[in-house]
Amino acid sequence: MMAVTIEKPDGKPGTAEKTVPAAPVEKTRRISRAMVVGAVLVVWLVLFAVLRGKQTLSLAAADLTGLHKWLNDLNDSIGANRNSNPLFLYFFNEIRLVIDNLVTFIQHLISQPSGARPVPQIGWLGVVGLAGYVSWAVGNWRVALLAVAGFTFFGLQGLWQESMDTLALTVSAVFVALLFAIPLGVWAGLSDRFNRVVTPFLDFMQTMPTFVYLAPLTLIFLIGGASATIATVIYAAPPTIRITAHAIRNVSKTTVEAADSLGATRRQSLLKVLLPMSKRTVVMGVNQTIMAALAMVTIAALINAPGLGANVIQALQSLDVGTAFNAGLAIVVMAIVLDRVTTAASAREETSRNAKDRFATWRRPLLGAGAVLTLVLIYLSHTYLWAADFPGDGTVGTHIASAADTATNWAQDHLSGLTNAIRDVLTNGLLNPFQTLLTDSPWWLVGAVLVVLGVVLGGWKAGVTAAVCVGLLVGTGLWSDAMTTLASTLVATVLVMVLGIVFGVWMGRSAIVDRIIRPSLDAAQVMPPFVYLVPFLALFGATRFTAIVAAVVYGAPVAMKIIADGIRAVPETTVEAATSAGCNTWQIITKVQLPMSRSALTLATNQGLIYVLSMVVVGGLVGAGALGYDVVAGFSQGELYGKGLAAGLAIVLLGVMFDRITQAAARRASA
Amino acid sequence: MARHWRAGAAGLAVLGLTLTACGGAKVGDTSSGSDNAGGSGKCGAFNLAVNPWVGYEADAAVVAYVAQHKLGCTVNKKNLKEEIAWQGFGTGEVDTVLENWGHDDLKKKYISGQKTAQEAGQTGNKGIIGWYVPPWLAKAHPDILDWKNLNKYAANFKTSESGGKGQLLDGDPSYVTNDAALVKNLKLNFKVVYAGSETALIQSFRDAEKNKKWVIGYFYEPQWFLSEVPLKKVSLPKYTTGCDAVAEKIACDYPVYDLDKIVSTKFAKSGSPAYKLVKNFNWTNDDQNTVAKYIAQDKMTDDAAAKKWVDANKDKVDAWLK
Repeated sequence: MMAVTIEKPDGKPGTAEKTVPAAPVEKTRRISRAMVVGAVLVVWLVLFAVLRGKQTLSLAAADLTGLHKWLNDLNDSIGANRNSNPLFLYFFNEIRLVIDNLVTFIQHLISQPSGARPVPQIGWLGVVGLAGYVSWAVGNWRVALLAVAGFTFFGLQGLWQESMDTLALTVSAVFVALLFAIPLGVWAGLSDRFNRVVTPFLDFMQTMPTFVYLAPLTLIFLIGGASATIATVIYAAPPTIRITAHAIRNVSKTTVEAADSLGATRRQSLLKVLLPMSKRTVVMGVNQTIMAALAMVTIAALINAPGLGANVIQALQSLDVGTAFNAGLAIVVMAIVLDRVTTAASAREETSRNAKDRFATWRRPLLGAGAVLTLVLIYLSHTYLWAADFPGDGTVGTHIASAADTATNWAQDHLSGLTNAIRDVLTNGLLNPFQTLLTDSPWWLVGAVLVVLGVVLGGWKAGVTAAVCVGLLVGTGLWSDAMTTLASTLVATVLVMVLGIVFGVWMGRSAIVDRIIRPSLDAAQVMPPFVYLVPFLALFGATRFTAIVAAVVYGAPVAMKIIADGIRAVPETTVEAATSAGCNTWQIITKVQLPMSRSALTLATNQGLIYVLSMVVVGGLVGAGALGYDVVAGFSQGELYGKGLAAGLAIVLLGVMFDRITQAAARRASA
Repeated sequence: MARHWRAGAAGLAVLGLTLTACGGAKVGDTSSGSDNAGGSGKCGAFNLAVNPWVGYEADAAVVAYVAQHKLGCTVNKKNLKEEIAWQGFGTGEVDTVLENWGHDDLKKKYISGQKTAQEAGQTGNKGIIGWYVPPWLAKAHPDILDWKNLNKYAANFKTSESGGKGQLLDGDPSYVTNDAALVKNLKLNFKVVYAGSETALIQSFRDAEKNKKWVIGYFYEPQWFLSEVPLKKVSLPKYTTGCDAVAEKIACDYPVYDLDKIVSTKFAKSGSPAYKLVKNFNWTNDDQNTVAKYIAQDKMTDDAAAKKWVDANKDKVDAWLK
């Protein structure tokens, strides 16, 4: 049966009709692909009806497999050998020392009292001045104003020191991340082999839940700044590596060849051609790394990292949503400031090269004057108390907190009837049947379906990857939990794509809408999930649906942004031609803009899915059960550690499998 | 040349302006540090782990306050999950865990195994674990407080998550739970659903009381939330010593946990006055609930809450310092 279904896609239609113009070929091929997928699903349903409940590999919450126990023992033996093992004495301890010193240095500079001084070396006035000056120097005056306003806002919120702690940690983590990520990214850009080797590691770093390695990390690098920084680096470095490699690869071949023919050495062509030409994209990678680092703020707080994350966690222990929101808002503001400044910096690379320099003559003296002014501000904030300690007692923060409280209470009181109805419809109509199909089918049947879908949608290579991942998933001993998580993940991804298309098209078609919506998208991406999950828990209860909503909130913004970009990239002339041919708006969207941004749609699916998967653990904290709960439980109970680690691996495997399938499908779509 | 001159002049002007116009108190001028009121400071650093729940925060607030103000210790509070806090005993970064709930696995690993930690007596708090329902439900159906009647009401507890059975909501995986075995062995028509966090659990109960919803779930005291919504405990078959020996066959209530204090071996031997304080620290559930209420509901800072309680309970604090 399998063989027959596999034959179809790559076989007849494509080869037989080579003489026909391109578009029809594409059409028949897609129809046949859809038919194959349909056939696979029908076969699956029939077999499910026959074999339901057999060989489902389910495992109770407290049960362990041999692998889980072995992982436990491994963890214990590492802990027992910590003080005698030379690897620790001469390697990890040294790394810890260096990073710890870096973090402490920056903390003493801007956030923590050092030595005899009751305040940090640079007070608020100096930091605000410095932030404004640097933003202006690397970006433009508009982002400089934004930076000054944003940083002042932290003080008004009554969160100056916490914000600076978070900033100090973020700055050190991003610094360490870039130190490794940019050279590695360049290497991966130059060498295909290294790229192939490094990619699985990057997948691992991005999808392995932090909870899994937080405890071992503190065992290796001890509690404190070093561990928090390293945990952040692990999660935040991959985007820069990937994007740098991508940028180096995309420098046009002819330019490099031209340099070569002029007799440039390898080193010269790297330093004088490749790096300068990919600078703009690399800065975008840095931007993504900063965002990822800020997403780790609350998790780092679990291992005693000071800062805004600690405020969020402490407030939530007593379900104080208002206070948590205030701190979360500071994280959002910091993210938006850093994002806009780095984006402006990357845009500057373009504009400064193109613009005929009217300002250039003025720029240098202005920069000099700005530097002097900044130094004065720093001196003042070092010397005088009024410039060191932020004045006022953060009344703005109190108002924000009480407003947030009022809003959540209102929503909880007035919306819960509606939200419960939505939940029940979606859970009973979509999630439950789908989950039953996945968890109650024999494992080999689901596995085979996944492999065949991989082949049909992504080609042979994707199929092989899917087969390997299925095999390893069975090996983790958590097949049934993985299927439960998979069901929620796919439902969430469908919702992400629906929202992504609706809002993405809207944003892509109107610049004003884009400008209005975008800050809330940024907020949704960096606001610590629990801040909005507390009201969601009241609206939807502790259910899988709440977990799905959390995943959608986090995943949809990415999809929206990518789709909006895709829509905008459709040539103006094409749209105008369609309009003059008498198409109405609906037809333009469905017949022109969406089909022409097909590769953006596939990329959005890919990223949406990966983002949804990264919320699995948060889902486990609000009622999703399955893999997310396994990870959380592993973090909390010693004897479940191995199982939590295995669950983390299962999440990585699901991520890799779907990443490879959707990427291969995307390549086909754009080919 | 002219350019440089202009820039320099601008800078100097600003510098002059700010220096003459503002001035004000200088850093280090004022005797801003009235840090350690009493004590000679012989105590040194005291590393206190703070596990993430409000009851613990209350313990830590009071002990830290007393250590700092009466003994002159430099208290480093470290916000850590339990596992990581215990790990810190071995690496020398944590001196004390103030409120330990059972955790036999950790005791085995760090106390009898690595010998990096040791027990330092009970806190005086009694940890009670069990199944709770919101007060409105206990009032409307008083017989629900006996486990034998739970099956009668199972259908009312049905949710989208419980697959046709009644839902028994479990919370934070940090705490011991035998609920799956209990449901099976007591032949209850319920399914354990894992809420996954204390936050989710509290929010579910809060919502249930407000909107008269049917919820039964795992909960525990002392807990600050009980002073907001006084949940009622469902009685399970009585606990007898040894009835929980075999995990799969448990069919009895949870034992009452005597919450205890754990210290690192190094700290115990150091002769620090803070160790003596930790060892003597003892108070009642009501005491903890009072401080927890200050923190969670009155939104006082840890320090202010501790001060308020310490000022009102001088005799108790003095007993710890003897």
